[in-house]
Order: sequence, then structure tokens, then C-alpha cells
Amino acid sequence: MGEILSRVHANNLVRWAADKPNAVVFSADLTGSTEVDLFRDAYPGRFFSFGVAEQNMLSFAGGMAREGFLPLVHTFGVFIYRRAYDQVAMSVAYPNLPVRMFGFLPGVTTPGGATHQAIEDVALMRSLPNMTVLDCGDATDVETVLDAIETIPGPVYVRMLRGEVPRLFAAAEPLRVGRSRLVHAPASGPADLAVFSSGICTEEAIRAVRAMADRGLAIHHRHVSTLKPFDDPAILAAAVEARCGVITMENHVVVGGLGSAVAETLAEAGVGKKLVRIGLADTFAHGASKAYLMKEYGLDAAALIRRAEGLLGRTLNIGEADLAAVRIEPVHSMAKAEAL
Amino acid sequence: MTAKPKPSSADAWPTRVATLAAALRRRVLEHTVRHNGGYLSQACSAAETLATLYVKVMNLAPVASPVVPGAFAGTPGGGRGSVLGYACHGPRGPERDRFILSPSQYSLVLYALLIELGRLAPEALEQFNRDGSTLEMIGAEHSPGMEVMSGSLGQGLSQAGGIALARQLKGESGRTWVFMSDGEFQAGQTWEALQTLAFYKVDRLGVYVDVNGQQCDGRTETVMNIEPLHERVAAFGCRVFRVDGHDAQALAAPAAMEPDGRPLVVLADTDPCRGVSALRANAPKLHYLRFKTPGERETYRRLLEEMI
Repeated sequence: MGEILSRVHANNLVRWAADKPNAVVFSADLTGSTEVDLFRDAYPGRFFSFGVAEQNMLSFAGGMAREGFLPLVHTFGVFIYRRAYDQVAMSVAYPNLPVRMFGFLPGVTTPGGATHQAIEDVALMRSLPNMTVLDCGDATDVETVLDAIETIPGPVYVRMLRGEVPRLFAAAEPLRVGRSRLVHAPASGPADLAVFSSGICTEEAIRAVRAMADRGLAIHHRHVSTLKPFDDPAILAAAVEARCGVITMENHVVVGGLGSAVAETLAEAGVGKKLVRIGLADTFAHGASKAYLMKEYGLDAAALIRRAEGLLGRTLNIGEADLAAVRIEPVHSMAKAEAL
Repeated sequence: MTAKPKPSSADAWPTRVATLAAALRRRVLEHTVRHNGGYLSQACSAAETLATLYVKVMNLAPVASPVVPGAFAGTPGGGRGSVLGYACHGPRGPERDRFILSPSQYSLVLYALLIELGRLAPEALEQFNRDGSTLEMIGAEHSPGMEVMSGSLGQGLSQAGGIALARQLKGESGRTWVFMSDGEFQAGQTWEALQTLAFYKVDRLGVYVDVNGQQCDGRTETVMNIEPLHERVAAFGCRVFRVDGHDAQALAAPAAMEPDGRPLVVLADTDPCRGVSALRANAPKLHYLRFKTPGERETYRRLLEEMI
């Protein structure tokens, strides 16, 4: 753990598309910003620029998909589900067409502020019939998601990460649709807590879970990349076993995302566990660094410990120094956060 | 006294368009009288445009026999399969044309025309707006003659654009035709689509616009002005023709020209009361005709008798 990779999607897309002549990339004036510049240069005949006109782009994608092409739509998430929701719903989702939508800048990963932060995309996309929804959490997720979704006949929305991305999971263990990843299990016996995290929150959860385990807590931690369909039996099984309760942690509002999906699963199964949902608490965010926003809005490792303490009814005496960094950010990053 | 010249095969098709257009108006009027309401003004305005497309402009494969539409079988992806509306357009092929009806509020008009053309079984219209039927009031892609999910106004042209761009990449010679309402030129997406079609030189796509000057709230110029439409569309890089939308020859002529790199747009100026002048009493609210009194219904019933 600790390896940082750069421009994972950019390189992977070129490799993946080499033997797929029907794969076409759509961009809405964010070609460099969504890492499809390498694809454009490698396969110029399969790259289509649509300008700042996302509604038309999504309907065009539906039309091309009807003719046997596989449109890979790249832009910031907000411009897919906020700007073009009707088009996604009627031109793509209703006809169940194989359009892949890559929504960049999930949650607080951008200093671009409320206009650029996709904080309720999972809620909206999850509620669309026929839609599959994924949330990438590390470099392995990013570089294996294209293969993982290849056989899905209908539309897929992927929350995508760009720039420098940590590798949290072994490269040989690809993302599997509908299967969460085991990150940490109790050494023996049932867990005190079940923690389900998604996206960039998994990196924070790993730090917190490690510190809490050092204090003797038995924790079952799973990373959830598939948010729809939400039918992984391992999630329900882990929740059933957790003696003190369940915590979800997501880079998204607490309505309609991972926390809601877990709540629905528990309620339908009649599992009466306490559930703490960590996420944006029914609030928009604003423009600032990812680290600042995660701390400010309670999405970081320290927040998970606070919320775990609340659930357990006791303090764990874990300080900042105990939360060893899972990765170290380069001081002078090539992928500037400011670059939109 | 000289004998009237026998119509040659070359000018027989305008006669066929006129016959079809009259039959289409009559069938929609009959439906409106029987059901105490209907999208009658759309039939009045678009009859010649749609008839010209099907008779003269489009290269569609014939159907073996008039399609008997199945019941609603489920939505795509629902696991139950679904009925495909484009069966009425015959088997597809690279050299064949496609037809996309963008404002599916015109569905009744299209169903009626497909019946007159022998592409849809006449008894199908009994299923219009009936529970469990595919002949929905505002058609979906399972409705006869419908190829995509349009009706959310402004999405039809972009979807057709995607189809046409894909066919261009595949080197198919067939053209893709889109029927639009003028109200759709109030939607931003329409202009996004036009600029994209011009940018990628999708010249095997053609658009026929029913410029009837009417929309749900009333006269278009009072709801939101779209003129000068010719100049606006041309400025977006399209090859534009503005014609009398009740003149079959004028409607067909632009489609006969060799494509020149620009998407083709034919603006068909039409009269929303054409052939049913009693409708003028309802102006400016012509979008959907619903009889308010028995007397009004009787007026239209008598009109229907005169047309038969």
C-alpha cells in the first residue's frame, strides 16, 4: 500500500480501446480534464468533441449506441446528471442502451465549488431504471472498471478519479460488479462494528480502522464500488454480525447514496442495527482543497472515529498522530488540483 | 375540345399525396368526433408534409402486410422484452432511410397515416389511448412508426443525429429524416444539435419542420418568438429551404438535391386549420381539440359526413 499512480484512466482507456473499434469517446470541452486526451491522440477518428453542450451530447450518445457503437461519455459528473438528466433518462436509460458515462469530480474532490462538485449524483442515477452505478476508490478500481462493466447491456454511470490516485487494492484483484471488497476483518470472532465505505472515503476509513483496531476494536470494513445493483450478500452478512452497529462513509450527501442503500438493505432484511451515515449532511460544499473539505464536512478518518465513538458510547483516545497517513501527497504534484 | 392529358407516372405522386392527406385529415377528424377530442390541428397542418415524406422522399422497405401492433410488452431492460414501433417502416438496411418523429404529440396523425399507407392495420386505431395498448396518446418507441424515445421536446433531433453520425461512420448511403414541430426551436438542445450536425457535416440527415405557428399555449409568436427561423437555422450552418407546407412538389424538391455537406432543413409553412376550417373558431387554442358542447361536436360530425 502507498503506491501513487498518475493518469490511470488516461492510459488504461487507450489500452482497453485498442481492440474495440466500436468504442467512441465523447467530450464536452473537458478533454484534458477528464483524461481522454491520450485517447484523442491515439484514435482521432473515434473521438468526438461536442463543446459545452451536454444535453445534445447525451442524446447523441443514445443515437450512436442504437447503431452498434459504444459511447464513452466523459465530463464532470454534474454536467451529466444535473445538466442533462432528462436526456440521460429518455435518450439513454429508458431504451437501456450501452452508454458509459464517466462522471469526474465526485463530491469534494475539486476546489471548483458547488457548481463542479457532484454530491447527489449517486442518488439521482441510482433511482433511474436500467442504470448501473459505480464509484471508484483507488487505482485498481479505475484501471479495471472498463473490463468489469464490459458485458453490462445497459447504461453505466461511473464516478471516476483522475490525476494522482493511490493504489489501495492489489492490481491483480480487479473490481467486480456487485461485489464489495474486504478491507479489514476482525482477527477472530464477530465484529463490534461494520464499516462500509465508498470512493475516496475508503482511504480515510483505512486510516481510522487501523487505529481503532490498534485499540482492540473488532471491525469488519468493506469497500463498496457497486452502488447499483446493491445486492452483495457480504454486506448484509457483515451488518448482521456487527454487535454495536453499522457505519457508512461516502463522498456524497447522506440521502440516496451508500448510506441509504445500506439502510434499505437492513430494513428489508429486518436487521435492527443502529446505522450511522457519514457523508455530506444535507449540505452543499464550497470551493477548497479536498483535505480541507473532508475535514470541514466530516468525511475524513477523524470523523469516522468520532462517529464510531458516538455509536460505541465511549472514547477511543485516538489522536491525529495515531492516524498514520496511508499515502503521502507529493508537495509539487504534476496534477494540480486547481486545473479544471 | 381536347382530352385532358393522362397523368404520367412522374406527376402521379402529388395526386397520391393529396389523396393521402385528405384521407389522413378525415381519419383523424373521425377519431376526434368519436372520442370527443383529439390532436386535429396537427393533422391539418402536417398532412402533406408527412404524406410527402412517406410517398416521395423516404426510401423505406415495404411491409409484407399491415402491421398488427402487439399489446404493451414492457419497457426495454425490464426483462419482459418490448415491442418495436419501427416494424411499420419495414426491414432496415444500409441503403434504407430512417424516420424519427420528434414531437410524439403527433402520434395520432402518424398512426392514421400509417393506416392509409397500408403499413398499419386499420383496426389498430381502436387501441388508441387504451390501457395496455402501444398506440399511446403521446407515443413511445414501442408505438407504431416510432423509432426512438422522443416526445420530451428537443431530444428527437439529437438522437437522430447520433444515428445519422453513426451511419455516416459506417458508410451507409441511407438517409435519416426527422419531423419536428416549430415549438422545438425554442429549446436550446435543438440548437446544440444543429451546430453539431453542421460541425460533423452530417448531410445525410434531413429535417422537416411543421411551422404551423401553434403550440400548447397558443400562437407561437405570443408564447416565445422563433423568427426569423430561416435565417437563424441557416446561421447555424444548415442548408435551409422555406416552402409552402401544403405543396407536395415544393416539399419534395429539397430532398431530391444531392447532399452538399450541410444538414438539410425544410421549413414547411402550414395552416393548422387546413381542410377543417371550423377549427378557426378555436384559435388561438388549437393544440388539442376537446368539444365543449354537444353542438360543437355536432358541427364536426356534419363536417365529417361532408368529407366522406
